[in-house]
Amino acid sequence: MTAELTPLSPESEGTSRRRFLTYVLAAPTLAVATTWLGHEASADGLPVVPSNPEMAEDYDLGDFLIQAQKPTESQMVVLTVAKDGRVTCQVPREEVGQGITTSLAMIVADEMDVPLEHVTVTLAPARPELLFSQITGGSNTIRSMWTPLRTAASGAKGALLAAAAEELHVDASKLQLRNGVVVGGGRVIPIGELSEAAARPGLRPAPVQLKAAADLKYIGTPQNRKDAHLMVTGAFKYTNDHEPVPGILRAMVRRPPTLNGTVKRVVNAAAVRKMPGIKGLYVIPTGVAVVAETFGQALDGKEALVVEWNAGTVDDFDNKKIKASLEAVRTPLSPAPPGATVVEGEFDFAFVSHAPMETNTAIADIKPDGGQVWAGMKTPIVAVQTIEQDLGLPSGSVTAHVIQGGGSFGRRLFFDGALEAARISHAAGKPVKVMMTRVDDMRHGRARPASSHAVRATVADGQVVAWEHRTAFVETDWRHGLGEILTATGTGYGDPPGVPVSIGGDFTFSQSVFNLTVKSPYNFGPTTHELNETPDQFHTAAFRSVYSPNTRGADEIIVDEVAKLLKQDPVAFRIAHFRDPRYTAVLEKCAELGHWGKKLPKGVAQGIAFHAEYKSITACMVEIDARNPAKPRVTKAAIVADYGIPINPRGAESQLLGGLADGISTALRAGLHIDKGLALEGSYSQFHYARQRDYPRDVKIHIMPANQSEPGGGGELGVAAAFAAVANAYARATGKKVRSFPLIFPVDFKPFTKGTGSTRVQPR
Amino acid sequence: MPKYSFTLNGEKVTVNAPGDLSVLWALRDKLGVTGPKYGCGINVCKACTSHLDGKKFNPCVTNLRDVAGREVTTIEGLAKDGKLHPVQEAWLEQDVAQCGYCQPGQIMAAVDLLRRTHNPTDADIDAIENVCRCGSYFRIREAIHSAAAKLRAQGVVEPTAVGKGGELAATGLGTGTALTGAAALAAAAIVRAVRSDDDELDVDLDVDLDGALGG
Repeated sequence: MTAELTPLSPESEGTSRRRFLTYVLAAPTLAVATTWLGHEASADGLPVVPSNPEMAEDYDLGDFLIQAQKPTESQMVVLTVAKDGRVTCQVPREEVGQGITTSLAMIVADEMDVPLEHVTVTLAPARPELLFSQITGGSNTIRSMWTPLRTAASGAKGALLAAAAEELHVDASKLQLRNGVVVGGGRVIPIGELSEAAARPGLRPAPVQLKAAADLKYIGTPQNRKDAHLMVTGAFKYTNDHEPVPGILRAMVRRPPTLNGTVKRVVNAAAVRKMPGIKGLYVIPTGVAVVAETFGQALDGKEALVVEWNAGTVDDFDNKKIKASLEAVRTPLSPAPPGATVVEGEFDFAFVSHAPMETNTAIADIKPDGGQVWAGMKTPIVAVQTIEQDLGLPSGSVTAHVIQGGGSFGRRLFFDGALEAARISHAAGKPVKVMMTRVDDMRHGRARPASSHAVRATVADGQVVAWEHRTAFVETDWRHGLGEILTATGTGYGDPPGVPVSIGGDFTFSQSVFNLTVKSPYNFGPTTHELNETPDQFHTAAFRSVYSPNTRGADEIIVDEVAKLLKQDPVAFRIAHFRDPRYTAVLEKCAELGHWGKKLPKGVAQGIAFHAEYKSITACMVEIDARNPAKPRVTKAAIVADYGIPINPRGAESQLLGGLADGISTALRAGLHIDKGLALEGSYSQFHYARQRDYPRDVKIHIMPANQSEPGGGGELGVAAAFAAVANAYARATGKKVRSFPLIFPVDFKPFTKGTGSTRVQPR
Repeated sequence: MPKYSFTLNGEKVTVNAPGDLSVLWALRDKLGVTGPKYGCGINVCKACTSHLDGKKFNPCVTNLRDVAGREVTTIEGLAKDGKLHPVQEAWLEQDVAQCGYCQPGQIMAAVDLLRRTHNPTDADIDAIENVCRCGSYFRIREAIHSAAAKLRAQGVVEPTAVGKGGELAATGLGTGTALTGAAALAAAAIVRAVRSDDDELDVDLDVDLDGALGG
């Protein structure tokens, strides 16, 4: 339904001094919408109770990462101008679908005054000299590259102008670089013709001066992805599509029936070695590697192996035990003040596989004295350092080529594939390409850790006077550290490198990340969010938006329940308690875009939620059809985001669409059942991530115009609000409290055989 | 080694490989055609979706011998003489791709749908099962609708009588079950392996099995 808004009454007083606009919607039958218009200083009752600022409000993970890169910031960008005028900018970051090679190119093109189509952004190989400056995470690429890239681009421009000034014997101030050519002194010189002269030592360019916002041409304009043509023609090469050296063999790894189990005995090695195409079998820490001519043959060999296994680290764990173990370490809520009204909830979240479409894949060519690896890696420095240590190779002897990845969602913070490939290549003495099967990727890859939450809002005189949120997560593996081995080792409490899961935990690191990311946007009186972890050794990694989808998600569910208790509208209630007027603008716009308050049939409802992270802000509103509560479908969504400075609104929308998919999936149907130390789910037929039929046909997105001096983070922003909006909509549609996620979570499939990972039992 | 010939993107190719090798690995590892992606190997994610005799099929669960003498089109064969297919153009206009990994399969599924109808309903589009983990579904839908509108405007005659649900029935290829060629081979190998007990071997971590066996 397209809604044409016709004001019914310009303004009508709400019963609680809140003002709404009422609209008649152009619909087949009469439908009325109320839109939040503004608010008084407080809702009913006493004025709002101010909250203590949480750490992440003033200083967040992105600020920390930017500070950590300061020692090497000036070396981060390698910008070259070719003789044909093409600008190539190599950045120490990984592209996995966020669109950074496009948005970073926009920043360069703008600052340098060259056409966007002349700028190519490439991914740097591991550069250990960069220390803490080569990690892709925390929605931090735009934020952390903003100044280094602009400085590099501006510096290059200054050098080109200085070279032109020398050639033309005029003062550089008389010249301008415009659209890829230097203009002035009666001449027009393409920058390519100046690139050699500009590289001459002794040239004295003017000091770097970054452009004013008003002079930016590309930033803030929607630009399509620069790499899309290669993708839609099938020409784009992911790791598995590369053949960087001749004679690369294929390898797969037979993995244990429980996480972190080890090989006790290979029973039928000789028989498997005689199978067609098999070139060798090698026991490695993660299982038995089968090296073959083709992946099909490697898979045959892997499945044919008969292996006896030693126990793993979590053999007796299932979802029930995980829940109990989490609840055991979660700090109890403090006693409620006598006589106070409390709104409380205990929540649990299952493990969620990152499940990028491209499974863990890597190529390695390791010789006795060093070698090369190729893979999608967000922390390539610690990857090579770990590989060198693991194989006893000299420092600096391994080169890591960073290949654009087929999705990540946090998974490629780790380099498991590259390490495994290096081990196998080292053992085989040949170059190998290693790929996880989907079943192995889902069961032995990494996942968002399961979590348990207790949230309490204390209400007095119609106001929230205290907010307490206690969380417990299964330990998040942070052993990539800040991307190099010093901090990586620090997170592992002395684990030998390459041990699949840290022993004892890296709780300090977790605490820091939690405190640097989770913040309440509301004035709800004294507010605390607290993290605890179990040391259970699963395969985990930060998942898109890290702790926030679960933590802030649970917050947003309780916010709705408090509003309900106080008989206030969820939008108006949030706005009355916001700590920042930017928040209000975003939520108001979202309510307007999604026609908040529209009357809907029983079983169909709207839900809304809000989230701010990494200096950016978003609100998401959905409409859910839960007339069959077992088969709900999100039918509409409206999303608004404020990035401070939106670099590429087109790309930002893509990321929000992705966040919505994550929110729908993790709220409704996607999770892992752990059974006897391994996930039951082994493919997309069992792990129910959203497909086309689960995704709304009507999605509206609005990106707020630039209103800050620096851009905020964007890649992860969309998950938490989308998750909570879906959860809140489901609660409103069904009248049930939502507490356990995913909400619809039966084992509705026959699992693949554990141990073999065999796909021969396929239920579809 | 048996030889199987078929037409691949308009050119005749011959592959020396067992007949039960899956077409996906024949394409990728034998012929170097890497547009079709591995995502699951069991016809669930559909990242390898390509066309066989003009209808969509999934190479990961199709035996090499079953495409002999037939016409295989992968994403690489969709553009003609450097001119993109209207569906590819729509994909660019809508800026669909994020990580891009599933998009060759998504595009081939969309082309298949538009070969069956130039008026796809939203329900038709919902029936496309290809997984996009990045969540580009909204733009995929927009791109399909816009490509369909373009085809209608061009007056391209709509093919008839192909019918809905154009998933090429895998049963026709003898691969209706998930027992793929590769898996069947592995099953046979297991049977052999279980029967033989003369090749047992104790191993320790990090021991090179081949080395321990003397080769």
